[in-house]
Amino acid sequence: MSKKMNDSGKVDGASQEQEAESLALVSETSEGPQELQEVEDTGRFELSAEFGSTLRLPEGVDVDPGDIDIEFSDEKMIINMGPQHPSTHGVLRLMMELDGEVILRTKPVVGYLHTGMEKTAEGLTFLQGPTNVTRMDYLSPFHNELVFSMATEKLLGLELPDRASWIRTLMCELNRCTSHLMWMATNGMDLGSSSMMIYGFREREMILAFFEKVTGLRMNHNYIRPGGVAADLPDGWEDDVLAILETIPGRLDEYDELLTGQPIFRERVDNVGIITAEQAIALSATGPILRSTGVAWDLRRDMPYLNYDQVEFDVIVGSIGDCFDRYSVRLNEIRESLRIIAQVVEKMPAGDYKIQDKKVTPPPRLRIDESMEALIHHFKIYTEGFKVPEGEVYVAVESPRGEIGCYMVSDGSAKPYRMHIRGPSFVNLQTLPTMLRGGIIADAIAAISSVDPVMGEVDR
Amino acid sequence: MITSEVLHIERSNYLATVTDLKSQGYEMCIDVAGVDYLTHPGRELPEGVVPGRYEVVVNLLSLGNRSRVRIRVQVPEDDPTIETLFFLYPGSEAMEREVYDLVGIRFKNHPDLTRILMPEGWEGHPLRKDYSMGAVPIQFKSVNGAG
Repeated sequence: MSKKMNDSGKVDGASQEQEAESLALVSETSEGPQELQEVEDTGRFELSAEFGSTLRLPEGVDVDPGDIDIEFSDEKMIINMGPQHPSTHGVLRLMMELDGEVILRTKPVVGYLHTGMEKTAEGLTFLQGPTNVTRMDYLSPFHNELVFSMATEKLLGLELPDRASWIRTLMCELNRCTSHLMWMATNGMDLGSSSMMIYGFREREMILAFFEKVTGLRMNHNYIRPGGVAADLPDGWEDDVLAILETIPGRLDEYDELLTGQPIFRERVDNVGIITAEQAIALSATGPILRSTGVAWDLRRDMPYLNYDQVEFDVIVGSIGDCFDRYSVRLNEIRESLRIIAQVVEKMPAGDYKIQDKKVTPPPRLRIDESMEALIHHFKIYTEGFKVPEGEVYVAVESPRGEIGCYMVSDGSAKPYRMHIRGPSFVNLQTLPTMLRGGIIADAIAAISSVDPVMGEVDR
Repeated sequence: MITSEVLHIERSNYLATVTDLKSQGYEMCIDVAGVDYLTHPGRELPEGVVPGRYEVVVNLLSLGNRSRVRIRVQVPEDDPTIETLFFLYPGSEAMEREVYDLVGIRFKNHPDLTRILMPEGWEGHPLRKDYSMGAVPIQFKSVNGAG
């Protein structure tokens, strides 16, 4: 506490000193360029690590730096793919070293969408937090809100009402469908099947319309909040969900016909961007990338949260971990999600949609008109928030892209002391250099698409 | 609900302990995070752990045993360095770069310790608590005689 804030109380006239200090600060806090360096300019040690590694893999670490003998043809060059490239799904920049058409090394350069959301979270109360985190992975906003809310609830030691928990399960599974449908659409677009793009968006729109009905927004819902959800499901929600359940499976079969059996598509994805189970585990990859290698790891089944232990579903796994496996894992995960949704509709209990704890959740809107206390309570909770006991927790859930985790530290005030999100896209992006190595540049598009990075979450 | 064990480890034992844990089946490094405890020094710690200004928090996951372990390492203010986990878990590479970038903890022997989210040449580490938020006072009234 004795430390002074950095730039606050400086005296004028010490400008020279300040300048020198500022220069020292740059040199102190900079470790050099982020970009991929020419092989000739790369240090031996770094290269040895890189050689299993931009590849970043342990076998590369074991290479004796003296043994590396690099000789490439004159065709060798470094090119940039992105940050503005339609197939990079946002502002992803890949620096690739090519030998002719063959990719030798790749380095993802990220940060173009960095908006300091973890820092922002420290200035928002726990009640406002979901508004912020929902914008990270904008294709699966419910999972972001869920992991944030679950971390807060764990610190508070809250038990959710049954209905709230089932509503969350329903929304998260629908969200998995929209996210995977969106992926099917963009993947189709990347590989030249623009009809798939139209279809994917069409089906996604149907579910988004349901989201709008429930939460008021198509994306960035701020619906799942600490203590439950923001509002109960509207009347007649079962009909909407049943309509979704009736329509989508047939459409999925159409996709199967359109893509799975189609030789042009298969040529683009079969045996492209292969990653083994050992590599995926070493590189901390989760979600469809890990499952496509044959590792049956799904937090919904292996470390159940919400009500996933009360519904039946299968964990979809691939075999060799190529782009086609990742495609089929995602396609079939939509089917499994629909299976879960059908069970949720049957099992949805009556009851509260949020916890009836005046400390945590605001009073119902109608009470505000008739009760002074409710009005004060409403005002207090929205202006000051609620205090969360001291402590630190890590909570993880299975988002469509893999394990999204929230590490939260509370100092006992109404705002998180530190909120760290473990973004699955951010970590999964590390698998790209391994997938691309030795492949040709045209295959890179298929591999990038199959990783399904959402840059909002990578850069946060 | 996921339960996970929390271990407090001395910085000098860090690498040895993680190596040991890896051989016990924790084959995946799920998360590396850094926390700056500058304005919250009185946090609860078990006896014998000397609080440092920074903390590096590592989450390991065992797929086989379906268990997690969270490692908290105290890092003092005057020497914010710690060993890298890259050689055990290559997947920690980007996460350690993020911690370096945002919290300013240096990872020894990391193959490519550069900023990852902030641009090169950025001053300071944004998630430190003494990082200035860059608030600039703005005068809203027009100045007399300036149109």
